[in-house]
Amino acid sequence: MSDETRTSRDEATFTVKAGLAEMLKGGVIMDVVTPEQAKIAEDAGAAAVMALERVPADIRRDGGVARMSDPAMIKGIQEAVSIPVMAKARIGHFAEAQVLEALEVDYVDESEVLTPADEFNHMDKWAFKVPFVCGATNLGEALRRIGEGAAMIRSKGEAGTGDIVEAVRHLRRIKGEIRRLTMLEDSELATAAKELQAPLHLVRQLAADGRLPVVLFCAGGIATPADASLVMQLGAEGVFVGSGIFKSEDPERRAQAIVEATTHFRDPARVAAASTGLGQPMLSLETSKLESEQLLAPRGW
Amino acid sequence: MVGILALQGGFEAHARIIRSLGAEPREVRVPADLEGLDALILPGGESTVMTLGVEREGLAEPLRALAGDGMPVLGTCAGMIMLDRDHLGVLDIRTSRNAFGRQLHSFEADLELDGLGEPLHAVFIRAPWVAEHGPEVEVLARVGEHPVAIRQGNVLAVAFHPELAGEPRLHELLLGLNGS
Repeated sequence: MSDETRTSRDEATFTVKAGLAEMLKGGVIMDVVTPEQAKIAEDAGAAAVMALERVPADIRRDGGVARMSDPAMIKGIQEAVSIPVMAKARIGHFAEAQVLEALEVDYVDESEVLTPADEFNHMDKWAFKVPFVCGATNLGEALRRIGEGAAMIRSKGEAGTGDIVEAVRHLRRIKGEIRRLTMLEDSELATAAKELQAPLHLVRQLAADGRLPVVLFCAGGIATPADASLVMQLGAEGVFVGSGIFKSEDPERRAQAIVEATTHFRDPARVAAASTGLGQPMLSLETSKLESEQLLAPRGW
Repeated sequence: MVGILALQGGFEAHARIIRSLGAEPREVRVPADLEGLDALILPGGESTVMTLGVEREGLAEPLRALAGDGMPVLGTCAGMIMLDRDHLGVLDIRTSRNAFGRQLHSFEADLELDGLGEPLHAVFIRAPWVAEHGPEVEVLARVGEHPVAIRQGNVLAVAFHPELAGEPRLHELLLGLNGS
């Protein structure tokens, strides 16, 4: 029988941080702005919820500075559900992240959806016990975030648009760059790291393993079950859905349908069944018609 | 052929270990995926998601039947919760979800398991523990006073993740339980 007094517990190790993301795989993480929405998300099969003050579509519409949520709202969501609760902090705003850690959120998203607080430096995520998820548009960006301590990566896409085109671009780019690295000789990896502007030790590790050292989800533009199936088939290990659920006509059914399509992403008949009769999706914006200052994905460096 | 419930969660890490032991894994999402299996793994993940999925796919009855027929079963973390009285009812245990607390209280530790020899490296992620169990349940390890590894006949359940630590011995045990 184990005698626990003899064993020491190591908390907040990278294995423990990245381990939670492993448990979210194959799941859907949904943006929610109230405890009621969080409960609907949980009952529909969300693997986790992301607490934020406004969904990206509303942040686009309203403008102004988008910040971390009110702690009262985050606590209300933590009390409403038993699944992991994530929350967003502004890029570089480590004091917001400290607050979220004090609230014991399960993951902090250092997110381009909020207005950046530091245009040069992302947070030193090694300084925290709480794990971080960060967005990336390419492999170099993903590896820089992992080098800073991120324990989960999501491709950025273009949040709040309901347009999947940027999510596809970013995911294909990341997966393609990973495939390319696995074909290089060892002697070529230092130059590859220079070109990617990524830490060499992570480039070497990735070339050997053929996959990122952390879980890769897809975010930014998923509005339908078929969108979820598309990005899963392109190699995402799970999806974030922001405005796509609670800005649609029937959030509960759409949430269930996206969960089902994420599980059965390789089975078109199941995706078809899940897609049937869901009502209107969110009001969408075509990303290519947006002005460059309206784009969120270029935030982060 | 080892079936791994793949509705959601950490099924791929289990598949890697099963492959490394020379056995073949199969992802299980619908009842037809259960045909011809020699052993079954219920992985970690979110038990709320798996419960909804098991219901949606009609997997509860066939899973109970396989476990009842003596198929070797390994449940880890949420997989242990799925096997308890309040879910599939395979094990005579009541589990307490997220018993160690939120993610900040997740941890790794070396744990001695009865009959396993050298301590096993265990990763506890928002882990449950066994709050109550019947007389047929054998407790293999505890953290403090709380059982975190148990066995009842052909079913082995642990509150932690051996697969995240690359620990193959529980999977070897699962394959060894097979047909013997």
